[in-house]
Amino acid sequence: MSDRVLVATRKGLFDFRRVSAGGVSTWEHAGVSFVGEPVTIVLPDDRDGTIYAALNLGHFGVKLHRSFDGGTSFEEIAVPRYPEKPAGSDDPTPWSLQQLWSLEPGGVDEPGVLWAGTIPGGLFRSPDRGERWELVTSLWERPDRLEWTGGGYDHPGIHSICVDPRDPRRVAIGVSIGGVWLTEDGGRTWEPRSKGMFAVYVPPDLRETPNAQDPHRLIQCRASPEVFWVQHHNGVFRSTDGAATWVEIADRPPSAFGFAAATHPHDPDTAWFAPAVTDECRVPVDGRVVVARTRDGGRSFDVLREGLPQSHAYDLVYRHGLAVDETGDRLVMGSTTGSLWVSEDQGDSWECVSTHLPPIDAVRFRSVGSPA
Amino acid sequence: MANIQFTPSLRRHLGVSTIEVPGGTVRSVLDALFETDARLRGYILDDQGALRKHVAVFVDGRRIANRTDLSDRVRDASEVYVLQALSGG
Repeated sequence: MSDRVLVATRKGLFDFRRVSAGGVSTWEHAGVSFVGEPVTIVLPDDRDGTIYAALNLGHFGVKLHRSFDGGTSFEEIAVPRYPEKPAGSDDPTPWSLQQLWSLEPGGVDEPGVLWAGTIPGGLFRSPDRGERWELVTSLWERPDRLEWTGGGYDHPGIHSICVDPRDPRRVAIGVSIGGVWLTEDGGRTWEPRSKGMFAVYVPPDLRETPNAQDPHRLIQCRASPEVFWVQHHNGVFRSTDGAATWVEIADRPPSAFGFAAATHPHDPDTAWFAPAVTDECRVPVDGRVVVARTRDGGRSFDVLREGLPQSHAYDLVYRHGLAVDETGDRLVMGSTTGSLWVSEDQGDSWECVSTHLPPIDAVRFRSVGSPA
Repeated sequence: MANIQFTPSLRRHLGVSTIEVPGGTVRSVLDALFETDARLRGYILDDQGALRKHVAVFVDGRRIANRTDLSDRVRDASEVYVLQALSGG
């Protein structure tokens, strides 16, 4: 089990740890870094114990910090930097880093390799724990990248990066709005992988256009990496063939809309979601915070609510606001209202850890066995 | 020498203090500044070398006119302020 949770919020990076005393376990606040600063994403890299935290300083841009001592101290390191925009380019996208939106480790046999997804849509790779970053030009320079658009933010962004545990050259990314893309050769070539998805927010003849798909979150089962789940703008989709084809999971209760998704690391049929009413009304259905869990690949769902607020609650869970630990039993969920909950039993019941945090962008477990 | 002063919020991140550099243009003044601490570039300019959207530079009491080319003149006796524009919540 992971006894530590890192919470990236609008106003700091918070550290919570599970403390046991007298047979009773509770989650306690264990520290805060970057208080007052917007932390957009955090990565505890379980390969070597390094913790990475991305800031988005309102005035002074995106910054990346790294800790070698488990989060006690951080040092500022390089951020991905876009190349000079060619003169006469017809690309309306600003070639300038606006947000670090996803940060993931490379394979277990690729020490120090990191992937970073950004707004306005560039994917970057670092070979050396963030000392240097290289734009993945094979994706950025594709002419059809210009079809990507912003959704919520002014410009498109890569929010999900799935590195195949069997082969780290196989990387899938989720783009809002730009669909799902896959490389099988470490980023040299890419192809869209959204066959079967559809978008209800574009004209009918564009419904199945790959770059029109808005996967709010793309996740992959570690033990069965051919299985992916997507919480899409208009519902849930699942793939059991390595993202070659997708099938809609219709009628997820209590609603189809949402951002967050998590899948059990060992059971590809189990996944969790945090539904909200609709695109136009981004609050819990009937003011009740729930988690929708399937254990049969999406054929049926349990609506889990024990320990979650069940009246006049307006918490929204962002796409990185739900995480599961390496056992698949413990979950953590954080909301835009600053509420943080942990479940020890796959979501059957939840313990409220805080209701007073700043708006939560992302939550991550840090493994007990991590170095440092 | 032109005198550059910084908003306290920038001093908070980087610990910079007032500095003096030769006049010229805003670009040349900032380039001289970045030679003292390369990290400053990423705080003041964006990836394309333009002034960040929410950063303001004043020369002798006037907000600079050219935020992209940074071609406004800076005299040797100029007072340059690197400030933050007000935004956010």
